[in-house]
Amino acid sequence: MTTLSGAFFGVIHRDLSIAMRHRGDLLNPLFFFLIVVTLVPLGISPEPARLAAMAPGMIWISALLATLLALDNLFQADFADGSLVHLMLSPQPLWLLVLAKIIAHWLVTGLPVVLFSPLLGLMLSLPEAGFLPLILGLTLGTAVFSLLGAVGAALTVALHKGSVLLSLLVMPLYVPVLIFGTSAVQRAVDGMSYGGVMAMLAAASAFTLLIAPFAAAGALKVGING
Amino acid sequence: MSSQPLLEFQALTFERDDWPLFSDLSGAIKAGEILQITGPNGCGKTTLLHILATIQPVNVGTLRWQGSDIGQCHQSYLADVAFIGHKPGLKLSLTPRENLQWLSKLQPLNRCTSAEALARIGLAGFEDMPCYTLSAGQLRRAALAVLCMTQARLWLLDEPLTALDVQGISDLETLLLAHVEQGGAVALSSHQALTNPAVRTLALDAVAEAQF
Amino acid sequence: MWQWFHKLGSPRWFYHISGKFLPWLALASVVLIVTGVVWGLAFAPQDARQGNSFRIIYIHVPASFLALAGYYVMAAAGAVGMIWKMKLADMVMVAAAPLGAALTFIALFTGAVWGKPTWGTYWIWDARITSMLVLLFLYIGIIALSRSFSTRETSARACAILALVGTVNIPIIYKSVDWWYTLHQPATIKMTGAPSMHPDMFKPLLVMILGFYCFYALVLLLNTRTEILLRESRTTWVKELAEPK
Repeated sequence: MTTLSGAFFGVIHRDLSIAMRHRGDLLNPLFFFLIVVTLVPLGISPEPARLAAMAPGMIWISALLATLLALDNLFQADFADGSLVHLMLSPQPLWLLVLAKIIAHWLVTGLPVVLFSPLLGLMLSLPEAGFLPLILGLTLGTAVFSLLGAVGAALTVALHKGSVLLSLLVMPLYVPVLIFGTSAVQRAVDGMSYGGVMAMLAAASAFTLLIAPFAAAGALKVGING
Repeated sequence: MSSQPLLEFQALTFERDDWPLFSDLSGAIKAGEILQITGPNGCGKTTLLHILATIQPVNVGTLRWQGSDIGQCHQSYLADVAFIGHKPGLKLSLTPRENLQWLSKLQPLNRCTSAEALARIGLAGFEDMPCYTLSAGQLRRAALAVLCMTQARLWLLDEPLTALDVQGISDLETLLLAHVEQGGAVALSSHQALTNPAVRTLALDAVAEAQF
Repeated sequence: MWQWFHKLGSPRWFYHISGKFLPWLALASVVLIVTGVVWGLAFAPQDARQGNSFRIIYIHVPASFLALAGYYVMAAAGAVGMIWKMKLADMVMVAAAPLGAALTFIALFTGAVWGKPTWGTYWIWDARITSMLVLLFLYIGIIALSRSFSTRETSARACAILALVGTVNIPIIYKSVDWWYTLHQPATIKMTGAPSMHPDMFKPLLVMILGFYCFYALVLLLNTRTEILLRESRTTWVKELAEPK
C-alpha cells in the first residue's frame, strides 16, 4: 500500500537522484548568478562605494533571475517524458507530491544560491553587517520564488516556449519579496534593526508555503492539457 | 461478473481550437472485456483516453465509475485504474528497477516484485541499466511492466503496441487476456487492430457537427 | 433569482438582453464624459501650484480607478466561470483583459504627460506609477496566457487561476511598493490631493469617474458580445444574425 510519507519522500528521492545524475546542470543557475554579478562592476563601476550601494539589490535580482531560469525544470522534464501523468493519477494528494517536487527543486537551485551569496556579497563590497540578513533573507526569499514560480510553471508546462511566458507571469508576484528582502539587507547595512522586515518575509514565506502547493496542484491539472 | 459496467461515459463532447473532435460520444467498459478505440490520426483517441483517465476534465457529458459520478469517487477510482500513455512515462536517467520502485510509491504496485515483472515482460538482465541506453521497444516493455505489478482493475492504454516487435505484441496480448479473464477490463487505442475475437471496437471516425 | 442566474449563463439570452441596454449605456457614457471633460478642462479653477497642467487628472484618475477595478471584475468573472462552469463568465473575463490593460496604459501615459510639466520628467518611479506598471504586467500575462492554449475551457481555467493569484497579490504588491517608495523618497509630491481638493475641482472629477464606469461597462458589453459571436459562430442563431435579410 502506498502511504503519504512514502509518496512524499519517494518523489523527493527520485528528483534528487535524477539531479545527481546530471550534476553538470546543477551548476547552471549558480554560474548565471555569478555571471550577472560579474557583469555589474563591468557595466556600471568598480568603485567599492558604488558597488556597496547597489549590492543588496543586485544580489537579490541575480538570485531572482537565477531561480526564474531554473523554474523550467520543475515540471517540463516530467511532462516531456510522460511521467507527470503518474503524479496526477496517484491516489496520494497532488498538492503533497507537488510540494515534494518544489522542495527537491529548491534544494538543487535555491540552496546553492543561498550558500554562494556571501561570496557574491564579498565581490560587490557588501558591508559586513549585511551578510547575515542576506543569507537569511535569501533562504526565505528563494523558497517563496520556488513556491510561487511553481504555480506559473504548472500553468505553462505544456506550452511551447512556455519559459518566456513564465517569467512574465510570476514577475509581478515576486515584487513584494524583492522589496522586503533588499530592504532587510539595506537596513542592516545602515545600522538599523531589520527584525521587522525579516518577520514580514518569514510571514510571506509561511503564507506562500500554505497556499502555493494547492494552487500549483490546481494549475497543474489545468496546464497539463495545454 | 456483474453486468454493471465498470466505467460508463455519456454524451462526451470535446472541442479543440473551436472544432469538435468528437461529440455526443457514449459507451461503457464492462469487467472482462477489452475495448479497442480505433480511428485515423487526430480523431481524438488520446483525448478520449485522457478524459477516461480524468487527466482531461469532462467539459460536456458524464463519466461514471461503478455507477457513481466520477467526481464523487475520484480517489477510489484512481486507486483502481492504471494508465500508460503514448510516451513511456519513465525517467531516462533512472534504471527500470528504480523507475518501478518510484512508481510503486505513488500507486499500489505489489502483485509481484519489480524483478519478476521485468523478467515477465522480457527485460531480464536489463533491470539496472539506465533507461536512456534501452531501445524504444525495450523502453515500451519497461513501461508495460507496471501492468504486471498493478492491482488496478481498469487498464487504460494509449497506443501500447508502439515500438513493440512481434514477440512483444503477442506478449502484451497474453497479458491483456490474462487480466480480463480475472475480471479486469482494458481500454486501449491502437492503429493496428488486435485480432483476438474477445476484443470489442469503438471507432472514432465520423465527427458530427454540434447542432443547437 | 436562481432562474435568472441560470438564464445569465446562456450566451444567446445575454446577447439579446445586452443589446437592449447598449444604447442607454452609450448615451450615459457620452453625456457624463463630455460633461466631465468640458467642465474639468474649461471651467474648473486653476490649481495654485500646477496651473493648468493638473487638469490631466480628469482622465488619469478615472483611468487608474477603472484599471484596478477592472482587474477585480476580470478575476471575479474568471472565478464564476471556474466554479459554476459558466461559459459566459469566461467570455466576460477574456473581454475584460485587454480593456483593463488599455486603461492601465492610458493611466500610465497620462501620468507621464502630467509628470513633464510637474516634475520635469516623463517617467518617475513613485509608488502609484510603479504599482500601475506591475498591474500592466499582470494584465499582459493574462492576455498572453489566454492566447496560448488550444482548448477554450483550459484557457479559461488557466487564466482564472492566474487572475485569482493576482487578486490575492495585488494588495500586497501595492502596499509593499508604497512602503518601498517611502523608504527612498521621504518628501513626495502627492499626485492627487483628493482630500484636500477644492470642491469645484472635485465635482468634475466625480462626473468623469462615473462616466468612465459607464464607458467601461459599455466597452465590456461590446467586447463580450463580440466574444459570444466568435465562440458560438457555428450555432444556428448566430448564423441567422449574420445572414443578410
